[in-house]
Amino acid sequence: MVEPRPQDDSCRVPLVEIRGLRFMREGRLIFDGVDLAIPRGRVTAIMGPSGTGKTTLLRIIGGQLVPDAGQVIVDGCNVHQLKRRELFELRKRMGMLFQAGALLTDLTVFGNVAFPLREHTRLSESMIRDLVLIKLEAVGLRGARDLMPSQLSGGMARRVALARAIALDPMMVMYDEPFTGQDPISLGVLARLIRSLNDSLGLTSLVVSHDVQETCAIADYVYLIAEGRVVGEGTPSEMRDSASAWVRQFMHAQVEGPVPFHYPALDLTTDLLGEGSA
Amino acid sequence: MSDWLVAVGRRGLDLLVRLGRAHMLLFYIVLALPALVRQPREMVRQVHSIGVRSLVIIVVSGLFVGMVLSLQGYNTLVGFGAAQSLGVLVALSLVRELGPVVSALLYGGRAGSALAAEIGLMKATEQLAGMEMMAVDPIERVVAPRFLAGVMVMPLLAAIFSAVGVLGGYFVAVGLLGLDDGAFWSQMQSKVEFHDDIVNGIIKSAVFGVVATWIALFHGYEAVPTAEGVSLATTRTVVHTALAVLVLDFILTALMFNKV
Amino acid sequence: MMQQRKLEIAVGLFMVLGFAALFFLAMRVSNLSSAGIFGGDKGYEITARFQNTGSLKGRSPVSVAGVRVGQVTEIVLDSKTFEAVVHMRIGSRFSTLPKDTSASILTSGLLGEQYVGLDPGGDSVLLKEGDEIRITQSALVLERFIGQFLYNKAQETEKK
Repeated sequence: MVEPRPQDDSCRVPLVEIRGLRFMREGRLIFDGVDLAIPRGRVTAIMGPSGTGKTTLLRIIGGQLVPDAGQVIVDGCNVHQLKRRELFELRKRMGMLFQAGALLTDLTVFGNVAFPLREHTRLSESMIRDLVLIKLEAVGLRGARDLMPSQLSGGMARRVALARAIALDPMMVMYDEPFTGQDPISLGVLARLIRSLNDSLGLTSLVVSHDVQETCAIADYVYLIAEGRVVGEGTPSEMRDSASAWVRQFMHAQVEGPVPFHYPALDLTTDLLGEGSA
Repeated sequence: MSDWLVAVGRRGLDLLVRLGRAHMLLFYIVLALPALVRQPREMVRQVHSIGVRSLVIIVVSGLFVGMVLSLQGYNTLVGFGAAQSLGVLVALSLVRELGPVVSALLYGGRAGSALAAEIGLMKATEQLAGMEMMAVDPIERVVAPRFLAGVMVMPLLAAIFSAVGVLGGYFVAVGLLGLDDGAFWSQMQSKVEFHDDIVNGIIKSAVFGVVATWIALFHGYEAVPTAEGVSLATTRTVVHTALAVLVLDFILTALMFNKV
Repeated sequence: MMQQRKLEIAVGLFMVLGFAALFFLAMRVSNLSSAGIFGGDKGYEITARFQNTGSLKGRSPVSVAGVRVGQVTEIVLDSKTFEAVVHMRIGSRFSTLPKDTSASILTSGLLGEQYVGLDPGGDSVLLKEGDEIRITQSALVLERFIGQFLYNKAQETEKK
């Protein structure tokens, strides 16, 4: 049911490699033997139904959560064996876009984008200004530099966060549900931005989402995760034509399939006739 | 019965885990303190939001507590013909107990709950996680400056509370009740010891400052990142601060003032 | 930048206010400023013997004609004579007390605190460090006073 991985030449050593990942939270198994490879320079999408731990996966790659078993190798480093200082060095080369943007509420748009530069570089104030304006221009919000995060719409906040994520010119950017709760216009803007930034800056992008249409439009390769493991992978067109029941249900938004419509319950007749067994 | 025991055991373990986490947080905060010299601006901002914004409630409460003390104390003392000791009563009550304790309780309600809510919200909106992913330590950037500011501010707030309270008591005693101005101050001065009363009061408020700020930061930092989680964190901050301050006050009083 | 400046001013004022409050507590409320009667230095110490010191304690005031000139530093019991020896420290500004000054333990008001009242004599020799006041009058113990009063009354009625 799993298609063979495409073996074209641009897929040399993957930037991120996950092997045999197991992760438990509060006694629940979130991941049970996940294997992934995220090639350099591509937009890779990780999709799956809500609650499958897609965000958790990003946090594990970023070293914020520690898996119970398995390895996460980012650019040759085993993330969870790094010392704190080394991990911080690695994180400077990873950008992450959080679901709601995670802008620092007490700084302006400019201050937010300048934040990583001021923290991690010794650039002069005028250099920082130029860099911030370039990054803001890239996301089309140069004019909004003096606004506070509370004055931004959801889509604008995400674009500012994107400008901040690329401020240090990272090697990869991880997007956590970038399309959730967006109107069609800003959804299109974000999708185009992710693709164009990836190509123009030579990034590696990792998009976590459950929006099939938008994600497939920009992704080079798709992994589908359900019930703690990879249930399907392939290019978007391969995924659409997949024979796997999981993939078909998810990609075509079918109500019934491996993910049941009904939450596990007693048989309806037993439940209705049963007395006080609530 | 065994269910009950299991429940008690689980809660006990949970409490121990939380206590352990609270101490780990304090440990990391202390480790991050030396780095604060690099962020003087952040310190100024935090002293402003924790101290300056608590000033109004502290001054107003102090004034009225002092005035009430004076009024009540007068009614009791006048029965013994000792009304001229009113100054002593007002000053000792404020400096030893009410100043540190009431200002710590007010601090917990005003600044502590705000700290817990602020940090809880930063966690709920992924700002803390975002900082971590930008290779910035949120304890160093967010938690430690607030801790240091709170610890610095608390003794000053308590001193302002006591001073304003003494002045409030003075206005009632001399202005309203017609006591002798000189007797009020001279009795006070002869009975209030600098080392035993004033310094011990300052030590108390410094201890309360550490504990109240620590509790607020812990609940904010450990808040469940949802709306309910943040509101629970602020409630817990106020309740735990009040309990901790009152219990600690008893212990400190027993240690400090009980020698004959 | 303006914003930051405003914050800094507010914080500065707050700090000044806080330290002013501490200063007020130290100097006006507590007895730290009563070091003032010693004029910066330690003054000089004298002693006096009393049969009974009543409720006199360390740090009780010592005054001349109602003006505070010093304070009691300690009270010890002479184990031979069973008298109380009261050590007092007098500010050096008040160094002109004659040698035949007398000391008595007085009460301010009927139930007020007790203090040492000094009554200067006419000697030309002055009290100096370590001197002892010879003429003393003990504290008035109310119970004894009342007891004596009742005893006298009883005797009066007996005579009648």
